[in-house]
Amino acid sequence: MIWGVSGQADGVGADARWGAAEEYHVIVIGGGHAALSAALSARQTAGRVLVLERAPLHMRGGNSRHTRNIRCAHDAGDAYLTAEYGEDEFLDDLRRVGGGRLNGALARFAIRESKTLPAWMVVQGARWQPALRGTLSLARTNRFFLGGGKALLNAYYETCRRRGVAVRYEAPVEDVLVAGRRAEGVVVGRGGRRGVGGGRAVVVASGGFEANLEWLRRYWGDAVDNFAVRGTPYNDGMVLAALLNKGARQVGDPRGFHAIAVDARAPKFDGGIATRLDSIPFGIVVNRAGERFSDEGEDLWPKRYATWGGRVAAQPGQIAYSIVDAKAVRCFLPPLYEPFQAGSIGALAALVQIDPQALLRTVDAYNRATAGNTAFRADVLDGLHTSGLHPPKSNWARPIDRPPFYALPLRPGITFTYMGVGVDETARIVDRQGLPFANLYAAGEIMSGNILESGYLAGFGMTIGGVFGRLAGRGAAMHAAE
Amino acid sequence: MPQSDLFQEAQRQLVVCNACRYCEGYCAVFPALEIRQTFTSGDIGDVTYLANLCHDCRACYYACMYTPPHEFAVNIPKVLSEVRQASYRRHTWPPRFGGMFTTPGTALWAAGAAVVAVVGLAFWLSGPPRVFGLHLEPGAFYQVVPYWAMVVPGLAVFCWWLGVWAAGGVRFWRETAGDGHAPPALGALAAAVRDALTMRWLGGGGPGCAYPGERPSRGRGILHAFVFYGFLAALASTTLAAIYQDLLDRVPPYPLLSAPVVLGTLGGVAMLGGTAGMLIAKARSDRAPAADAMARLDYAFVITLGLASMSGLLTLALRATHAMGLTLVVHLGVVAALFVTAPYGKFVHVVYRFLALVRYRLEQRAEG
Repeated sequence: MIWGVSGQADGVGADARWGAAEEYHVIVIGGGHAALSAALSARQTAGRVLVLERAPLHMRGGNSRHTRNIRCAHDAGDAYLTAEYGEDEFLDDLRRVGGGRLNGALARFAIRESKTLPAWMVVQGARWQPALRGTLSLARTNRFFLGGGKALLNAYYETCRRRGVAVRYEAPVEDVLVAGRRAEGVVVGRGGRRGVGGGRAVVVASGGFEANLEWLRRYWGDAVDNFAVRGTPYNDGMVLAALLNKGARQVGDPRGFHAIAVDARAPKFDGGIATRLDSIPFGIVVNRAGERFSDEGEDLWPKRYATWGGRVAAQPGQIAYSIVDAKAVRCFLPPLYEPFQAGSIGALAALVQIDPQALLRTVDAYNRATAGNTAFRADVLDGLHTSGLHPPKSNWARPIDRPPFYALPLRPGITFTYMGVGVDETARIVDRQGLPFANLYAAGEIMSGNILESGYLAGFGMTIGGVFGRLAGRGAAMHAAE
Repeated sequence: MPQSDLFQEAQRQLVVCNACRYCEGYCAVFPALEIRQTFTSGDIGDVTYLANLCHDCRACYYACMYTPPHEFAVNIPKVLSEVRQASYRRHTWPPRFGGMFTTPGTALWAAGAAVVAVVGLAFWLSGPPRVFGLHLEPGAFYQVVPYWAMVVPGLAVFCWWLGVWAAGGVRFWRETAGDGHAPPALGALAAAVRDALTMRWLGGGGPGCAYPGERPSRGRGILHAFVFYGFLAALASTTLAAIYQDLLDRVPPYPLLSAPVVLGTLGGVAMLGGTAGMLIAKARSDRAPAADAMARLDYAFVITLGLASMSGLLTLALRATHAMGLTLVVHLGVVAALFVTAPYGKFVHVVYRFLALVRYRLEQRAEG
């Protein structure tokens, strides 16, 4: 199964020569956390490992560069975690966000494997820092990367360099060559030319398709023009489409995506963490007609933030406004963009093109429903709720009455898509009959839909990437050695 | 860029950092930033304080997903270096000498003039036969340059140097007072001294500076320790020599194994090695997170320190030859230049960074 490689490199550095007939033991498609985990894992036994990252060097790593922590089960606290987080509790947390659709066996497997992941990551160069201030709920369950996801990737890329893993940037994989149930090679486009590369085993870790607006438009129509894509513009699902074309089983709701509410002024792509807004629980949220549409105080923010992307997406124009007053200013992280500000509700409405009368009616009705509410506590469920209002606000319902008043505009910001390829418990991709391909593996977001089809648990995406990346790399290397 | 534009740009970038916070574990700047900001922009004092708290370890630059070419264009090491340099200029005394921070060429001319003045003075006072003579007896150095001619200008420059540093320090402290909530605390001072002596915030959160490139390394911290402690040793050597001279009636040249000579030698060698290493690393370092305005000051300072140590070691090595006189006057000249320009070059970072550390420890205590 040795293929000669055709096509010339476009010369990005000494490392970038794609010419010469050579075969790799393991080819990894993608350059993020899952991909590098697979590459480093494979390199432990395989001699020649190649990573194909389609982005240029400064954008390498896909969405992993925007992450900040990983959720792993552990038996005891340590310098970075406050206490234990058992497998049962972890599974329970997953069930509760998964809305009932959880692959229990695969989830349990991932959770068990997560216990040994942090130590393995440290060997690959990972470094930790204490949980970021203001993330109290995560200090027990999630390990934060020193400097965040991009710093983690920098360390991994450096480890790849030291251990002789070949890395090519600006190397998009356009197709995976499959004969029967064997992958035979990849087709890489570089500098306008296409090259074919052979490998004894292939690991696909190329992410979701959330940056492919035309693909999303098939399900969501023109609403797509009002979405922000929080991460890399390179996740267009090219390899995913190719795999589905070659008979890989499809898992996850094609329309499904995880989204949060981001500032409407965020860049269309790659705005990352800085554009998220946490003001929602401390005021009201209205659509462009000035009407409330959802319970802003339903639960603690870490448990609800992931649902507001969808809620805003369902509103006309996919736009909404978080309205708070001067009392709420210190309750949430400082936003990236200046909020709109005015001395009265009417003036504020004019600033954001909402009918002033409509907004006044909404705020008055809300304030009447909060009459007498005084015992406010920002950090817990304080039970301060509205009376006789629909939709209700179940907690933190103080009147909005102290100027200046602020409006923070919200749009849905998509983090990732759920639809992906099916895998078995060895991370091998399976076909529509459920039979595994011999030497084709998947890790990371492209297969996360195997475990969770909806809902999200902070840090779990990285867990999936790490567990299945390590697993796929090992499997691919073993296969390549046969 | 004009100062107000610079502050606005620094503020803009710090707002992005405050919304992200992933770099919190790297150093003191991010925790200090986080307790400061709400919707409105911070004032000049806040930005100046944060800029001087930064140790230019650059870890945050390589961890940042918003560095150019991202449209957010965040480059914290560079913008804070520029704010630092502007703050050195703003706080110096007299204010008209602030220009030396922008054009270190002026400072170097002043330094050169100091060297020439000292050398010229020595030749005029002592005459060439004395300068080039062989002096082996006790008090040999004073045959070339009389004792009073060393001490009086030396003390004058010393007082001038410390006075200007103190004036700048006071101005900096007032500008960065902010809300003034933090009560004085000796423990905070001790912690700041520890932070300074161990170069704690040059550690990039533990593994070391991201210098000269992306990979963390302890090299720069070690080089700085050589230069810093070498300087202290040289200072101690001079002080000890003065004590021997004036209180113990022991006159130089001192035996090779005497305390002043050992300290001076170790200090000189450490500084020479350290500055040479710094220059080499700097030439290889990544330009992207660097500010040209600061780099010029850095080179001027490091080179002057290196020349001071080299000339000192040469004086020691050649003290029993005809060349002693010349090496001595050149050394005195370079040292004079170093201290005359100390308030107007990178040397001032000692004052401002230390005061920023003190402020940091005070407010961390107040935060509880």
